[in-house]
Amino acid sequence: MKRENIILLVVFVLLALVPFAAEFTGQSSWTKLVGQALIYGMAAASLNFILGYGGMISFGHAAFFGVGGYVVGIMYHHFDAGTAFLGFIPGTDQMLITLPAAVLVAGLAAAVVGALSLRTGGVQFIMITLAFAQMFFFLFISLKTYGGEDGIMVRRTNALPGLDMKDKATLYWVVLGFAAAYYLFLRRLVQSSFGQIIAGIRQNERRMAAMGISTYRYKLYAFILSGMGAGLSGALMVNFLRFASPDMMHWSKSGELMVMVILGGVGTLAGPFIGAGALFTLESMLARYTEHWMLPVGILLLIVVMTSKGGLMALIRKLTGGAK
Amino acid sequence: MILLFEQLLNGLQYGVTLFLLAAGLTLIFGIMGVINLAHGALYMVGAFAASWVAIQTGSFWGGLLAGLVASAIAGIVVELGVMRRLYARDHLDQVLATFALILIFNQSTVLIFGRQPLFTSVPEIFSGSVQILPGLPYPTYRLFVIAVGLAVAVGLYFLINKTRVGMLVRAGATNRQMVRALGVNIQGLYTAVFALGALLAGLAGVMASPIVSVQVGMGDEIILATFVVVVIGGVGSVKGAFVAGIVLGMFDTMLRAFLPATLQQVMPGPEAQALGVGLSSMGIYLMMALVLLVRPRGLFAARG
Repeated sequence: MKRENIILLVVFVLLALVPFAAEFTGQSSWTKLVGQALIYGMAAASLNFILGYGGMISFGHAAFFGVGGYVVGIMYHHFDAGTAFLGFIPGTDQMLITLPAAVLVAGLAAAVVGALSLRTGGVQFIMITLAFAQMFFFLFISLKTYGGEDGIMVRRTNALPGLDMKDKATLYWVVLGFAAAYYLFLRRLVQSSFGQIIAGIRQNERRMAAMGISTYRYKLYAFILSGMGAGLSGALMVNFLRFASPDMMHWSKSGELMVMVILGGVGTLAGPFIGAGALFTLESMLARYTEHWMLPVGILLLIVVMTSKGGLMALIRKLTGGAK
Repeated sequence: MILLFEQLLNGLQYGVTLFLLAAGLTLIFGIMGVINLAHGALYMVGAFAASWVAIQTGSFWGGLLAGLVASAIAGIVVELGVMRRLYARDHLDQVLATFALILIFNQSTVLIFGRQPLFTSVPEIFSGSVQILPGLPYPTYRLFVIAVGLAVAVGLYFLINKTRVGMLVRAGATNRQMVRALGVNIQGLYTAVFALGALLAGLAGVMASPIVSVQVGMGDEIILATFVVVVIGGVGSVKGAFVAGIVLGMFDTMLRAFLPATLQQVMPGPEAQALGVGLSSMGIYLMMALVLLVRPRGLFAARG
């Protein structure tokens, strides 16, 4: 337990030093790369909570990621135009308002999708979550006011009082802070009795039901919490890239999030972050050499799925001698 | 009225295409219990092989043969190389491995054929149109596609209900372990069913190739609609795939044809257009959600 905290602290400090390293070596793209990987890591970690701990294979997680992002985009759009959303909600560019709003709206969306989807199971659950995500995708494509297929440009990152958010390094540290806080939140969550119940449902739902636990309700709570996490990361992503587009909720994005979880290690805390970092780094590195980077990524993914159980986390554990 | 009839026929043609894809997918799922996201890639393989051969030789029929052979071979390779190891795994691994296959198939196709779409023409004898109603000429080729789809449906019905292989397929869909325990060569059956599914997907690709633009990613678009068909029809049920395929094909085509114009009567033009297109794309997913809420296992679920 102690050793784990030391490793976490070291990793956190190293990540905090990334902007300095980027400046020192002149590789200014590093900050952007690591920042995006951290945000994807948060999204993957939120998916991992229902996928890895809860055993719910949601193929529509990108929908909540996109909804969170669009909340930021739409609020900025109205702030910029001086109009009001639905005629009475004024826009804003204050992060202290946009982020909670994004989390709330994503949670509401997850509540609706989850309440309906969780009535099914197995392959039907995979497909109905995919179907709902597609509905969100096409809904946002059809909203011409908010850019349709082109999405919304957010010309300036949301403001946080006392911080210069135009500064790339500051923005990066804000993202890192959120990622670290989310990691600690998830660690607390899976150790809580709620997390234990969720894990119990994955292992044997019938037994949990027999113990008098209303499994549907607990699964729904987990689904909503997970959607809220995805909404938070989507909102951060739109702030980070200053752009919200329907591509954020394309079904291949849901697939990518699943890939990150599997690559890093299902049902582990650090796995999704490691998977997101690995996939994102790999993609950007390969994209520099060839436009056909998807081919090696596909082959690698196939090999990982076919040969290993537990992803990169299992590998790391093996290399460090089985210690956690 | 004539426009409506024409769109109904277009919907029927799209519906049989969906059926050709969904029949293979639902059999593969019903018997092997594996989710194959890469089924759309086999459709793409069929379309590309057929178009390429048709462009090289100038013969649609040569292309048809090439498309069928290529997709069946691709299917067998995928089954032997990848799928075979996934039968015992959970759905998550299957989704990811076949997601990886999509990436591999798509990028390989880009490497071989580039990003430019291929265009082929319909075969000579079907190039005209038929006067099916007074004032309504309809392209012969589309009628041919409908006929092929219906013929395959009849053929599959006999194959599944009247032959020994079909008996094993039905038994496999009901209880895999029992079929294996009774000494049936289940591996051979799996490969055969997968090849048949790939062949049907390839046939759908070949049939669509003169109508749609043959390009990378064409399989991704249609595979989602196919999954909707499979799930609504009931996983493992070919009958369900047929009914759901036809109904959804028509439903989707009708929405796309008439919803934007209807919305334009109540809202300004460009916004109505965008909203109409978006809402009609949502239609089939909405339908699937509704069906699953009433019948969580689909309309004609084969497995208990």
